[in-house]
Amino acid sequence: MAVAIREYLRGYLGRVRSGELGTLPIILGLVVISIVFQNLNQNFLTAQNLANLLVQGSGVAVIAMGVVFVLILGEIDLSVGYVSGVGAAILALTVTGQHPWPWELSVLAAVAACALIGALQGTIVALMRIPSFVVTLAGLLGWNGVVLLLVADRGTIPIDNPVIVGVANSLLTPDQGWLVLIVGVALYVSFLMGQYIVRRRRHLSVDPLPLLAFRAVLVAGLGAVVVYVCNENRGLLVPIQGVPVITVLIVIMLVILTVLAGRTKFGRHVYAVGGNAEAARRAGINVAGVRIAVFTIASTMAALGGIVLASRLRSVDTGVGGGNILLYSIASAVIGGTSLFGGRGKVVHALLGATVIQAIDNGMGLLSLSAGAKFAVTGLVLFLAAAVDALSRRGRTAAGIG
Amino acid sequence: MSQTPQTTPPLLELRKVSKSFGAVQALKDVDFVAPAGTVTALVGDNGAGKSTLIKCIGGIHPFDHGQILFEGKEVAIHSPKDAAHLGIEIVYQDLALCDNLDSVQNMFLGREIRNWLRLLDETPMEIAAGQTLRDLNVTTLKSLRMPVASLSGGQRQSVAVAKAVLWKSKLAILDEPTAALGVAQTAQVLALVRRLAESGLGVILISHNLNDVFAVADRISVLHLGRMAADVATADVDSQEVVELITTGRYRRQPAHAVREET
Repeated sequence: MAVAIREYLRGYLGRVRSGELGTLPIILGLVVISIVFQNLNQNFLTAQNLANLLVQGSGVAVIAMGVVFVLILGEIDLSVGYVSGVGAAILALTVTGQHPWPWELSVLAAVAACALIGALQGTIVALMRIPSFVVTLAGLLGWNGVVLLLVADRGTIPIDNPVIVGVANSLLTPDQGWLVLIVGVALYVSFLMGQYIVRRRRHLSVDPLPLLAFRAVLVAGLGAVVVYVCNENRGLLVPIQGVPVITVLIVIMLVILTVLAGRTKFGRHVYAVGGNAEAARRAGINVAGVRIAVFTIASTMAALGGIVLASRLRSVDTGVGGGNILLYSIASAVIGGTSLFGGRGKVVHALLGATVIQAIDNGMGLLSLSAGAKFAVTGLVLFLAAAVDALSRRGRTAAGIG
Repeated sequence: MSQTPQTTPPLLELRKVSKSFGAVQALKDVDFVAPAGTVTALVGDNGAGKSTLIKCIGGIHPFDHGQILFEGKEVAIHSPKDAAHLGIEIVYQDLALCDNLDSVQNMFLGREIRNWLRLLDETPMEIAAGQTLRDLNVTTLKSLRMPVASLSGGQRQSVAVAKAVLWKSKLAILDEPTAALGVAQTAQVLALVRRLAESGLGVILISHNLNDVFAVADRISVLHLGRMAADVATADVDSQEVVELITTGRYRRQPAHAVREET
């Protein structure tokens, strides 16, 4: 067993040396950020603030999950910010007013409209071969205009539909929180074990058991900390406790998109096109179709993120989808470890990156630093992440891997 | 040297095929034969029409005139899919693999196995890929699950070639498989080419390197300015004569068609 672990560590070190860093640096980064902010302000690691952090970062995290697919393809989508605004505006306009639609229909309309936007932009990129940078830059301007046209004469549209507001504002009861965690961990462990047993039986290489145990304990432990902290009473006048519902929704999206990227034919083809589009084409892959689908996914996730953001603010105004949403979404994916050069990245990177950005934003807010300082530091972190990506790529080239 | 018995038709036979691009006649009345179980080298100077011939066989552009016979039956190849359907697999020089995917993923790219949930079923893919590589005696791969970017040039070429075997191709066309390789790796890939033919595939080897050609090929077809200058058994010529054929399209001892009848 010790031999197996040593073998694994050697393989891991080899991968690090050749530029496959995995999620380790980002997790270490989060730990460092937490320690620094906790030392500067004792409120950082309180139950209230951590629960806040989970909700604050959720909209951007959802959008960033879609961005990861675009980056894996080696493209960029600058329109996701205002596309999320279009989605939120459509939702707000239809779910309120004198004849409000049922919330399901509103959500469907918002998501479908944004999916169409994505399909349109993807088709232009894939078939006309106009660089995605330009197409989605045009999208950024154009959809900003559409948001203004949709919302303009209303100023601010308050959302009062309880389900929509509940997306980002409701909590599980403490017992529900533990139940969800136990079910989730049980599913994860049975997945790990199932895979281990199947591969072992067919005499294929397997990760050593202690490593699997370590992963399971890590996930269960992290989950337990989140549930425990969220279940602390953080209300001043009335008790407020429980895991935010949006956190569970995000984990569900993470699982679905991770399966899509890693375990489906489509996901495999996205990586292939991002790695070498010509080889993918010669392997019989419909490259244009893959590109269109990926831009559709990005816009669809943008719509869902827009709904989360609107739900959190309980309203939509003319600025919806603007501000730092786009930059934070792309930065989240990159800081989390998704390569800007295409071909490499995981959906979980979006979540990790969004957590880092939100931790910086939140921690500097607690220190009452200005927005300017926040942006400067976030920019620096983004630069570091991009530099790590570029350097690790050079490491691979130097290792004769290119 | 192995030779298909005259009773069975050759795996691939081209009869008087021509191809022009606008005013440029890339191929003119070319006859070409690639029997099963044989390595047929296709040589010629730059611009002689090797790539055009390969692309036409692979369905990237169709021939203007002429007949294609596959296993004795006349066929039409209009797209890469048609070629793949017949069992023709082309291994391109640089464009064969996705660097970010591992060996198994590359070998099954576009033809992934899925389980009842329509999710990728990695286990049978990994077993089949591993088996194919072992059958071909490719034993230098440390892990099937490392991105092919981390493999040596020879290993990458082996994975690309193994793909043709995995998919039970009947005809493998290898475009300059040793162009970027060192001495040891070249030997490794040439041995692999030999094993492909011995396992019954027809192999067309395109190469600039006459050492490679003489090391593995059973027959040599020489293209010169879009015409087939000669089709000879490797044993009947030396490299000096082949160089002469490549550069001048002529051959000092006998005219090409005479050599062909003699073998």
